[in-house]
Amino acid sequence: MKRFCTAALFFVLLIAAWHWAYQARIWSPVLVPSPESVVRYLWEISLDGSLWSSTVVTMKRLLAGYVIGLLAGLPLGFLTARVQALRDTVGVLALGLQGLPSVCWVPLALLWFGQTEGAMLFVVVMGTLWSVILATETGVRNVNPIYVRAARTMGSEGVHTWVTVMLPASLPFIVSGMKQGWAFAWRSLMAAEIYVTILTGFGLGHLLHYGRELNAMEQVVGIMLVIVLIGLLADKILFSPWEKFLHRRWGTEK
Amino acid sequence: MTLATELSAPPGARLAIDKVSKWFETSRGRVHALDDISLQVSEREFVCLVGPSGCGKSTLLNMIAGLEMPDQGSVVTAGQPVKGPSRERMMMFQESALFPWLDAFGNVMFSLKRKPGLSEPERREVAEYYLRLVGLEKFMHANIHELSGGMKQRVALARALAPNPRVLLMDEPFAALDALTREQLYGDLQRIWAQRHVTIVFVTHNVREAVSLGDRVVLFSPHPGRIREEFRIDLPRPRDINSVEVAGYATRITRALKDRMEHGAGI
Repeated sequence: MKRFCTAALFFVLLIAAWHWAYQARIWSPVLVPSPESVVRYLWEISLDGSLWSSTVVTMKRLLAGYVIGLLAGLPLGFLTARVQALRDTVGVLALGLQGLPSVCWVPLALLWFGQTEGAMLFVVVMGTLWSVILATETGVRNVNPIYVRAARTMGSEGVHTWVTVMLPASLPFIVSGMKQGWAFAWRSLMAAEIYVTILTGFGLGHLLHYGRELNAMEQVVGIMLVIVLIGLLADKILFSPWEKFLHRRWGTEK
Repeated sequence: MTLATELSAPPGARLAIDKVSKWFETSRGRVHALDDISLQVSEREFVCLVGPSGCGKSTLLNMIAGLEMPDQGSVVTAGQPVKGPSRERMMMFQESALFPWLDAFGNVMFSLKRKPGLSEPERREVAEYYLRLVGLEKFMHANIHELSGGMKQRVALARALAPNPRVLLMDEPFAALDALTREQLYGDLQRIWAQRHVTIVFVTHNVREAVSLGDRVVLFSPHPGRIREEFRIDLPRPRDINSVEVAGYATRITRALKDRMEHGAGI
């Protein structure tokens, strides 16, 4: 409760400072919109449904790409950890490409796929894939070999060992890789939506882009707020339960 | 298979190790780990393998478990040559090797999950039985990191016993524990062995531990690992590690061990 009050107070003060800065007219209202105008804008787009539909379009792209990245990255990571030849090839490639800022995929995606959903998907998958591969590989290679030996004496072998021992044992690494992959995917998707103006779906990035085109600062700030909130929510819904479980079981809580 | 047979003591298993040799490839070249080891363990016997580190006693245990294969010779349990790991021969390690992603109960269940012929409620009943046997009924759903070193080894013991193995292989299971906890576990292990009567092969470098637990103590010498001497321990059970009798045996064995180290294969 105390923590909640501290947080609430902080944000109330932050908004108050913003309001004061607007009132004091230090900067032009075109550059610094009032909090009220941002709220009014968000209220309007919620009423006409465009906020909801854009969020749905964006989340669909993000989830599709993210799931593909996970489904490809997890097995690839497992294989990379196991097969020396793959570690020297795919492993090095993943390490290199993971260091590439995911925005850098956008020009390539545009040239390859044009102004299509395919370009979006490609960018999100590239954002996710390499982090997941690397984290899974590290996780698997850090599994204490005694777990596998113990499992073998208990009659576990092959796929069963992979699913019931290697996978859970490397979970702490995998979850942090999934989290990083999610963050990269989210960033690259926003970049893609701002640059790729396609007609198959109007995402949050597009709203942001048109806010700039129209010099509608309350739209730019409003959409930025929505993007931040989605990021926070994703963290709470997708990753917090996993992390709580890991902390409780592994005893890594402070 | 019914629950009654599942919980009754298993038929013991004879163990026959015949002229086993093993080499390892290391960065420093080929190492001769075990040389011409022959050892018979009778049904329900408690045998302790003692020797300095590097004498190959853990390697021998791994070969009985089926985790490693001998380069020469054979390992036969209950008339069957060992070809790989089996629930007939369960192993306990120095580190508990418990899975941190499962609770104590889940760890014991893991070794039962792969055992055919049991229904899920029966498996749960068996797991509970063994956790009670090691005195951890209050900690069934504790996370592994919440358990003390001694409790972890108790869960590991329950997990190893749960599939009702005929042979229990223990690789320095108490080496990492403090003296007091260790003594408690000696008592528990002897009680449980009297109750379950499995064949036990116990590896240790602690001579007193070996004397207070084993029917027989087999002394190894290193480089390459060879069996040097065997001692039959004719002391009534339960034994107390601090008793004069145990100390007497231990002194004799330790003297033999030192003799071998000085005059045996050069160190």
